[in-house]
Amino acid sequence: MTELLDVRDLRIGFPLAGGRTVFPVDGVNLQVGRGETVALVGESGCGKSLTSLALLRLVPPPGSIMQGSRILLDGTDVMALGAEALRQVRGRRIGMVFQDPMTSLNPVLTVGAQVREAVTAHRRLKSSEAKARAIALLGEAEIPDPAGRYDSYPHELSGGLRQRALIAIALAGEPDLLIADEPTTALDVTVQAQVLELLDRLRATRGMAVLLITHDLGIAAGRADRVAVMYAGQIVEEAPTARLFTAPGHPYTRALFRSIPRLDSAVERLAQIPGGVPSAEAWPGGCRFHPRCSEVLARCAAEVPPVVDEGGGQSARCWLPAEGRR
Amino acid sequence: MTAPLLEVRDLTKRYVSGGLLQGQKKTVYAVNGVSFDLLPGETLGVVGESGSGKSTVGRTILRLVPATGGAVRFGGADVFAATGAALKALRRRMQIIFQDPFSSLNPRMTAGAAVAEGIEIHRLLPRREIRARVAALFLEVGLDPVYIPRYPHECSGGQRQRIGIARALAVDPSFIVCDEPVSALDVSVQAQVLNLLADLQRRRGLAFLFIAHDLAVVRQLAHRIAVMYFGRIVELGTTEAVIGRPLHPYTRALLSAVPEPDPVRQRARIVLAGEPPKPTAPPPGCPFASRCFHPRRDARCTTELPPLRPIDGSVVACHHADEWPDGSTDSSLTMLR
Repeated sequence: MTELLDVRDLRIGFPLAGGRTVFPVDGVNLQVGRGETVALVGESGCGKSLTSLALLRLVPPPGSIMQGSRILLDGTDVMALGAEALRQVRGRRIGMVFQDPMTSLNPVLTVGAQVREAVTAHRRLKSSEAKARAIALLGEAEIPDPAGRYDSYPHELSGGLRQRALIAIALAGEPDLLIADEPTTALDVTVQAQVLELLDRLRATRGMAVLLITHDLGIAAGRADRVAVMYAGQIVEEAPTARLFTAPGHPYTRALFRSIPRLDSAVERLAQIPGGVPSAEAWPGGCRFHPRCSEVLARCAAEVPPVVDEGGGQSARCWLPAEGRR
Repeated sequence: MTAPLLEVRDLTKRYVSGGLLQGQKKTVYAVNGVSFDLLPGETLGVVGESGSGKSTVGRTILRLVPATGGAVRFGGADVFAATGAALKALRRRMQIIFQDPFSSLNPRMTAGAAVAEGIEIHRLLPRREIRARVAALFLEVGLDPVYIPRYPHECSGGQRQRIGIARALAVDPSFIVCDEPVSALDVSVQAQVLNLLADLQRRRGLAFLFIAHDLAVVRQLAHRIAVMYFGRIVELGTTEAVIGRPLHPYTRALLSAVPEPDPVRQRARIVLAGEPPKPTAPPPGCPFASRCFHPRRDARCTTELPPLRPIDGSVVACHHADEWPDGSTDSSLTMLR
């Protein structure tokens, strides 16, 4: 099967003042199939958002994607594209929805004008056609009274409606892949549920793939076909969703599950992961999780663990399965 | 029976917004008659979405913002009437921990100075003993005293939240408002801070007003839970009752919307239509009526504001809370697959 998106050895470097370079994304492999929802899960600073920006070659300077990184979109080498071809990828092949709709929308333009701009960026249409198309997109994003909202300014809309307007903009280019970076983190839970349902319906009706970037394992569990867990710039585990949650293969994934408060089962004390998330300047040697790992082995501090294929589409970057000791 | 530590009665807060260059002046109804008691050593969780008034409740109780109406008694003393030394004494016993310790800590003050400040203001200790006390507080909240001379920007989010907790503890309070204390923290650090708060409560007999939007987080610490919607408490009961047998339709929707980190045990999702009413235009009837999915909802819901009334040991503000077709059994945890 050819994947829609195939990322290999993605490495992003940021130069530091002393001439040193840090790598907040350090060897990421990620595949997304057509019509599939893949969740990229991790805590702040793990590199998940930077990874998603790299797919559009939007890594903010002075950062850059290192030589040897490969990003294939439907067989096209995104790393080799010139400016015009890249424009066809951004917005057209890959749509993007960010966390905070208030900072992503232009406050002095109406919502309708911003959707129409996205429509005409990729297609030549008459003015009346572009407006009709923009209203249709607002409707597809399930904004009530789309024709009436067309002339609203972003501040006149609630957070949930603003996020729907951003989704309408992302849909304008008819993308094959929608990257949604923490699309509901700024929203209330009941509105969050509405927006996630919408993304799911759009994926089904348009056959669009979704890369869902989130810190919330609960969101990943409910929405994704596959989940990739990131820690310290690397994917430490990848598995089909059901498998990840029933038989997590990496100690970090297991520890995360134990530390989440649950609604349906009361525990006296939550299991905690000691310490904090390291920063890119101080990734630990060996396995990057080893200083916080409760299942640490002698070799974990010294030797970088391999990615072990555990079958059934599951893999983990850990010495435990490598040594058959789990 | 133990006397309540905190008694809140008919608390009301209105803001006037707009005016000068911002169009017509409008009254924002932030808190609309909130009443509850809190026992010593108890945690009352307050959940609700943004704009529900939950943070404003915490701040008006502490007089960080003036209330428009209502009364608050703390240890028998009238909080809103207190002045001078009496107010200062009350403030020592009532503390707050904020969501974002980065914006609540002075960036030019070391962690140690931030923790010592309250002790100095209230003259709780002779100057020469403050240092040792600060170090003891650092240890109590699980911070290495090497952080005493550090500045907030040199600390991680979890460490900053621990500094905020040590700062609140420094004046030896009996009540702490915890306003979204873990929502800015990473999952792995969140559990550390929740466990710390539970330990501190047990050790010091602290009472908490624990304000959060995340029901699973609230459940972890709260003995009772108050659910707020549109400036009102719509349901208040023991944690077991509110989570296991929710009676207000909004509570049911809120519970069903909590993302469940288990793909097999997904709840039946109640996806609400629409959004809450505008806080400048309170509807005449039930504020939840515009989004309600209760099968028995009727014309009365849009004309008559439902008062809080006792049902099965909880109090609920819904005309039809005792008319769920599934009786009092829980619908929110139904398995989908």
